[in-house]
Amino acid sequence: MTEITSSSAAVLAGLISSKQVSSVEITTAFLDRLEKLNPKTNSYLYFNRENSLAQAKKADQQLADGTAVSPLHGVPIAVKDNLTTTDAPTTAGSKILEGWVPQYDATVVRKLREASMPILGKTNLDEFAMGSSTEFSAYGPSKNPWDLTRIPGGSGGGSSSAIAGHLAPLAIGSDTGGSIRFPAAMTGSVGAKPTYGAVSRYGLIALASSLDQIGPVTNSVMDAAMLQDVIAGHDPHDSTSLPDSLGSMVQSVKEADVKGLRVGVIRQLSSDGFQPGVKACFDDTIEKLAAAGAEIIEVDCPSFEYAVAAYYLILPAEASSNLAKFDSVRFGLRVTPEGNPTIEDVMAATREQGFGPEVKRRIILGTYALSSGYYDAYYGSAQKVRTLIQQDLAKAFTQADVLLTPTAPTTAFKIGEKVDDPLAMYLNDVATIPANLAGIPGISVPNGLASEDGLPSGVQILAPAMQDGQMYRVASIVEKLYTDQWGASLIARVPDLEAL
Amino acid sequence: MSEITPDLVRHLASLARILVTDQEVEQLAGELGVIVDSVATVTKAVSGDVAATSHPIPMANVYREDVILPSLTQLQALSSAPDSTDGRFKVNAILDED
Repeated sequence: MTEITSSSAAVLAGLISSKQVSSVEITTAFLDRLEKLNPKTNSYLYFNRENSLAQAKKADQQLADGTAVSPLHGVPIAVKDNLTTTDAPTTAGSKILEGWVPQYDATVVRKLREASMPILGKTNLDEFAMGSSTEFSAYGPSKNPWDLTRIPGGSGGGSSSAIAGHLAPLAIGSDTGGSIRFPAAMTGSVGAKPTYGAVSRYGLIALASSLDQIGPVTNSVMDAAMLQDVIAGHDPHDSTSLPDSLGSMVQSVKEADVKGLRVGVIRQLSSDGFQPGVKACFDDTIEKLAAAGAEIIEVDCPSFEYAVAAYYLILPAEASSNLAKFDSVRFGLRVTPEGNPTIEDVMAATREQGFGPEVKRRIILGTYALSSGYYDAYYGSAQKVRTLIQQDLAKAFTQADVLLTPTAPTTAFKIGEKVDDPLAMYLNDVATIPANLAGIPGISVPNGLASEDGLPSGVQILAPAMQDGQMYRVASIVEKLYTDQWGASLIARVPDLEAL
Repeated sequence: MSEITPDLVRHLASLARILVTDQEVEQLAGELGVIVDSVATVTKAVSGDVAATSHPIPMANVYREDVILPSLTQLQALSSAPDSTDGRFKVNAILDED
């Protein structure tokens, strides 16, 4: 591994702006590595050397002309393949969109281009972001660089494996119930879900519109803060976009100070159901924060017991509606059965062939949850649970500035282990789902290797809505407690992919 | 136990415009039955006087100025379609001929 591909984005940005290394050199280093190693990790579904290098060349020219504007100018980035790009196919991990090249860029993609950040490629995901492992991708699972027989988390396992495998210095993810944070925990990387509405969803192929949020997947908290500063902001193309800026996340990281910090530990997410090694890492994080001077408070969120159930009614309901657009008319696959089929026959045959098993399961579940006679009992109750969860969190945030939980119940499981058990797969997101239901920001930061299997564990930091800065501030404190102990980031300990 | 029968799965799949084989119907009925039994616990969590939340950050009346902005050309809009003719999307018959 060259020094370039093991460096943080912040370091690379410094090398570029001080003209010690060009964007072309850095982009080339990552392209060389990913072309060689992507067959092992299946992180990328698409990349195009010429196109990425043309963007890097332009960034270098702007720097020479003195017209560089972004703090991440010239730093290359990987983009999850459920964001539209006019210069690359966008599949959302589904056969139904195979080969589709969109006519418009997602707002986040446009912002990356305006920041002169070359796009390295499009990363793998569970089909339409439905899953926790990437095993539901129509293009095969991504592999975890810590152990290639294990999942890198999902749905954003392409982005998380690209970061942990040093196949990209930065990546974009999307998080509907944990699809940024869970993969970050599985791979020892950092993943942040901003407050709902902080980042425009325009051009994100919608899974569940009231839950989806785009965010950074990175090597470090500072890198994530820098990236959120690039991609956040109001967008008239997204009517749920927050009207006001949440301020500079980088500034928040710089202000990190543990003094007077009140850290809440959620009773419902701190005991049962966690792998012992993951629980031990979490307890260690809390002990470290207490030793550093934070006040630790136990808080009660009784409605969290129903969060997963409410989520798996709300999500399929919204998804069944959002995915109705894949109807073989305007874009994507069309399968025409023999004989004299009507448009309905064509739609049904197209969706049968184009969608994988998990997508069909969730569309049919959502159709059920929304059907007459069940709507009030299921979808209606789930929306009320959402209110109760918001109330629990509002109360908890009067007692504590941030709330901490283990990000995931276990470390990375084996590919194939849970793929035939939908309910077991759904429970991976038990700790991450409440943030999506409530719209609050959450970030996963690595907090060690579980003693029983030597695989990464993550701690999740939750902050009140709009207080993303608070989340980054505490994430930075936690990260520093560990890097001081380890002398480097956890990702520095990823096995050498070239030797695997 | 849940009420997810093979017939219900067939009906839901047809509403969702997804063709399903008999084998898929059997499998989905079993899987969805387990999932529905689990998610049905939400009905125990709430009493009548709780407000429903459809959107995490309350917002209302999001307007923009009523001005024409650049948008896709007809050619662009049709360029990804499986079939088109005379500037329109082309599809199979919408009504059964019988």
